[in-house]
Amino acid sequence: MSEAADRRLGWMLLAPALVVLGGLTVYPALWVFWLSFQYRIPVFSIARWAGLEQYAFLAVDPRFWSAARVTALFTVASVALECALGLAIALGLRGQHRGRRVALALLLLAWALPSVVTAKMFEWLYHPAGGLVNFVLGGRTINWLGDPALALPALIVADVWRATPFVALLCYARLLTIPPELYEAAQVDGAAGVQAFARITWPLIRPILLIALLFRTLDALRAFDIMFVLTGGGPAGTTETLTVYAYRALFQTLQIGFGSAIGVVVFVFVMLVAVAYLRLIGAEDAAA
Amino acid sequence: MRAGRLRDGLVLLALAGYAGPFFWQALTSVRPDAELLPLAHLLPSHLTLVHYDAVFHRSLMPRALGNSLGVSLLSSVFAVALGALAAYALARLPVPGRRVMLLGMIAATAFPQIATVSPLYLLMRALGLRDTWLALILADVSFALPLVIWLLAGFIRDIPRALEEAASVDGAGRLATLRWVVLPLVAPGMASAGLLAFLFSWNEFLFAYSFTATEASRTVPVALALFPGVFEVPWGDIAAASLLASLPPIVIVVAFQRYLVRGLLAGALRE
Repeated sequence: MSEAADRRLGWMLLAPALVVLGGLTVYPALWVFWLSFQYRIPVFSIARWAGLEQYAFLAVDPRFWSAARVTALFTVASVALECALGLAIALGLRGQHRGRRVALALLLLAWALPSVVTAKMFEWLYHPAGGLVNFVLGGRTINWLGDPALALPALIVADVWRATPFVALLCYARLLTIPPELYEAAQVDGAAGVQAFARITWPLIRPILLIALLFRTLDALRAFDIMFVLTGGGPAGTTETLTVYAYRALFQTLQIGFGSAIGVVVFVFVMLVAVAYLRLIGAEDAAA
Repeated sequence: MRAGRLRDGLVLLALAGYAGPFFWQALTSVRPDAELLPLAHLLPSHLTLVHYDAVFHRSLMPRALGNSLGVSLLSSVFAVALGALAAYALARLPVPGRRVMLLGMIAATAFPQIATVSPLYLLMRALGLRDTWLALILADVSFALPLVIWLLAGFIRDIPRALEEAASVDGAGRLATLRWVVLPLVAPGMASAGLLAFLFSWNEFLFAYSFTATEASRTVPVALALFPGVFEVPWGDIAAASLLASLPPIVIVVAFQRYLVRGLLAGALRE
């Protein structure tokens, strides 16, 4: 009786959230697959079934492969740098006694800013004549965002700046939970510095770093704002990721079906990483 | 002792350097136009507020700030309200399939916006919601809700069951227990979840850029991305507008840091 009443109450409390999520998250997530099987170009009133033709086109579309390559490079390079730098910052922060709040505020600011602000900030830092970067390099006039060889690295630096604090925070929180006695014991055994890091810190920090890596990979794969505003995919498509290509197809050439197909590709890659994450925490769950 | 203090100072200095791009933008926002291009000296000869004057009186920024504040406040309040009820049901009530639903929430936090933006755009157009606050609020709530539910379900599970049982022994029903026992205890968690939802909505660009058309609903990131330049790019004005766009995030990392950190850690590290 009470159990049945509780269950009914449960559904009542869940209902508003499920309606919102059903209508605005689940339904669009399914609808995008349906859209990707169609030619839909509303301005020319084109709407007909395409089946897998858009995907067949993508398979031989050089622009798609270029965007996939840029996305992969961007993701691998920025996530690797974020994890390395994030761990280094966390290790630096660990011994902090005074001004921890100030330290965290300075660190987390980069993470909390809108990525459009970050993009505008870096656009100005990279400016050939007015940018701080060229000034610091001794008055050079390098066109960071206009040079096809430099634009992607410049973009990656901006993303690393923005996202590293997240990794640093996760690592820092984990480091604080390691009992100092472990290091004292290791010191007695003659292990200090690098050895203590290898024997104590690294094994304990690795699972957290793995979680941070998966989270960052998810975000890097679906990143859009920063490249769209900073470089717009240019120069010559060297920073055009799959997300930017999808956006262009959807809202600039107004090919709703084709753009959705690219969106589906991003979706599938992201969900593969998400499944890896669920497995990981599932494994921890089972171990606990 | 002194070495420790020196070390602390150096770490703070290094982190101030890390935030350097932001401070540079702040300096740019008060630098006279004539000293922007080319950059000849690190420090400006004098400080000026002309860029802020331009942003406040000759740009769409004030309107965009109002839109952003309204949309972000409303969507974070809705997300926390809907999320708290759902989280209580998933954490404490015998709803069939709740484990699957919770896993679904994590999966939904990973959905890329670029994949859902085209169906949502068609949906908003069909509902006649293009260029309205409501379109952005709905989109932002749906995007934040899975994370909010996931966070709050975890926080609610951390509350000792004994407290709720004591209330029910005293004759309180489920809803009264939720209202008078669970919600007050989980209030800091709701603050964390609400802050993250607010920040997400304040920073959100793709939905806002796609669903808005005029100043009636354009948010701060959209206004900043579209910041107009007549003959040349107004870098000083853009810097001033960026500073205004950064104010809520600054308040959050300075004044509400504890809640932000707690939310971020719980979102990432909880089982």
